[in-house]
Amino acid sequence: MYYKDKDHASILYLPDQNILLELTKEEEASLKGEYGETLALAYRVLVAIGEATNADRLLPIEWAHLSGVNYNTIGDAGAEFLAKLSKDAKFKVKTTINPMGFDPDTVSKYDISEEFIKKQNSIKNSYEKMGAILSFSCIPYEIFDLPKNGTHVSFAESNAAIYANSVANLKTNKEGAFSALASALTGKSPFSELRKDDSRNPNLTIRMKTDQKDELTYGMLGYFAGKVAGCSVAISGVKELDRRSCKSLCAGMGTSGTCGMFTLGDVSGETMDFGKEEAQKIHDELNTTDSGDIITLGSPQLGLGELSDLSGMLKGKTFKKRCMIFCPRAVQEQARHLGYTSDIERAGGELLSDCCICLTPLIDKKDVDGVITNSVKGAYYLKTSNGVDVNLKNLAQIIQEETT
Amino acid sequence: MTLKVIVKGKAQGQVMIAKKPINFLGAVDKKTGKIRDEKHDLFGKSLADKILVFPFGVGSSVGAYTIYSLKSNNCAPRAMICSKVDITTASGCALANIPLVMATKEEYDSLTDGKKILLDAENGKIL
Repeated sequence: MYYKDKDHASILYLPDQNILLELTKEEEASLKGEYGETLALAYRVLVAIGEATNADRLLPIEWAHLSGVNYNTIGDAGAEFLAKLSKDAKFKVKTTINPMGFDPDTVSKYDISEEFIKKQNSIKNSYEKMGAILSFSCIPYEIFDLPKNGTHVSFAESNAAIYANSVANLKTNKEGAFSALASALTGKSPFSELRKDDSRNPNLTIRMKTDQKDELTYGMLGYFAGKVAGCSVAISGVKELDRRSCKSLCAGMGTSGTCGMFTLGDVSGETMDFGKEEAQKIHDELNTTDSGDIITLGSPQLGLGELSDLSGMLKGKTFKKRCMIFCPRAVQEQARHLGYTSDIERAGGELLSDCCICLTPLIDKKDVDGVITNSVKGAYYLKTSNGVDVNLKNLAQIIQEETT
Repeated sequence: MTLKVIVKGKAQGQVMIAKKPINFLGAVDKKTGKIRDEKHDLFGKSLADKILVFPFGVGSSVGAYTIYSLKSNNCAPRAMICSKVDITTASGCALANIPLVMATKEEYDSLTDGKKILLDAENGKIL
């Protein structure tokens, strides 16, 4: 299992027993380079991760979702690597990708350097050349048809991996950028951790004890759970979870730790309470200011239902501040057809696609002191990566306090 | 006693021991292979052509690309030996095809700085 220490090192723990990773003849030949250096590289990655997580074999996966798309996250070394790789590499299975740094439709309105745009376009071209679907979305589970129950996928985006395991009846580990990339190139993944049914059974139950049932509270519950749980965790005291709260829970959990799955209901084993006090502690950790210059919604990116809700909430209202709303392009286009965008845009909301709150260069501490958001994941990255303060409150509160 | 092989291969070179974990993204200059973090015990030294022995990698997993760049720029270590395997070092060595093994505490402590060794990361042995 992965474990993040305070410096964010992901240690792959090794249990005592030394399990032999057995490859098929075909896999062995690929590893040795008989089908070219690209496949050899991809198999080296799978074998390295497989050895470190005690996999006994590789198994086929049907869909890879890649992180490492935003130039802000992978830098020059990443862009150069992908450019070189894309000269002859082709993805073997359906491959979708995470958001990039900006929305090409509106980038000219922001102060983004030519250099950034050039490097970001190079990354985009590399992925396109290798055969990726240019989804630029962190919610692949909401914009693509899901494969049948039990299908193995390889999702590097943490909220998507947790959603896939916990809600969508798919199986994936909380993949890293490189293991998912290697899976896309080979159609394989090491058979370890959450791919094994045993590891999917949680032995810790977190009891939801607070009366607050908004999406922010679920985000903080996820953040709490991610800190204390291993591979998988049970959550009790939750009767129903709407899409917004569920996404918030997945994203919060993915941000703080290595837990890749939750189930609802009690299980036998250890229990912990998530009450008012625990929620307050997390709010104190992530909420660093009481006011903000701009509002951001959409980490994870908003889906069609959320845009429909937002449109309803904004009827007759106007934002007092700039409000950036992130959603996938496919969702924005649908929302436009269905008329959800008119009330949002009339209220002053700016819809942005292909990018999201996390590590976007669109929010710069030169221009912004504080950002208002309802996203726990957004709050964490705004603070740690963009270096801006965050005012964390739920959507109802944002609409009430920040509109007229 | 055999070592756990993470990335296969064979390498010969001088052992260079780091006491502290290494943040490849921040602390290593990908053009020269030198440690540029003043607080690190190997500050100013080059990792090029060494058998690098260190506890484990820390920092962003994007550091794996740094390990790949070191190899492309001909200033990478010839092999790495860690006491724990982290995802950055494992992915980076795999991308760059640098042999990587994980040593038990005894094996790790028996390595001497500056000594020339042959690491057989096909069979998990130090000769």
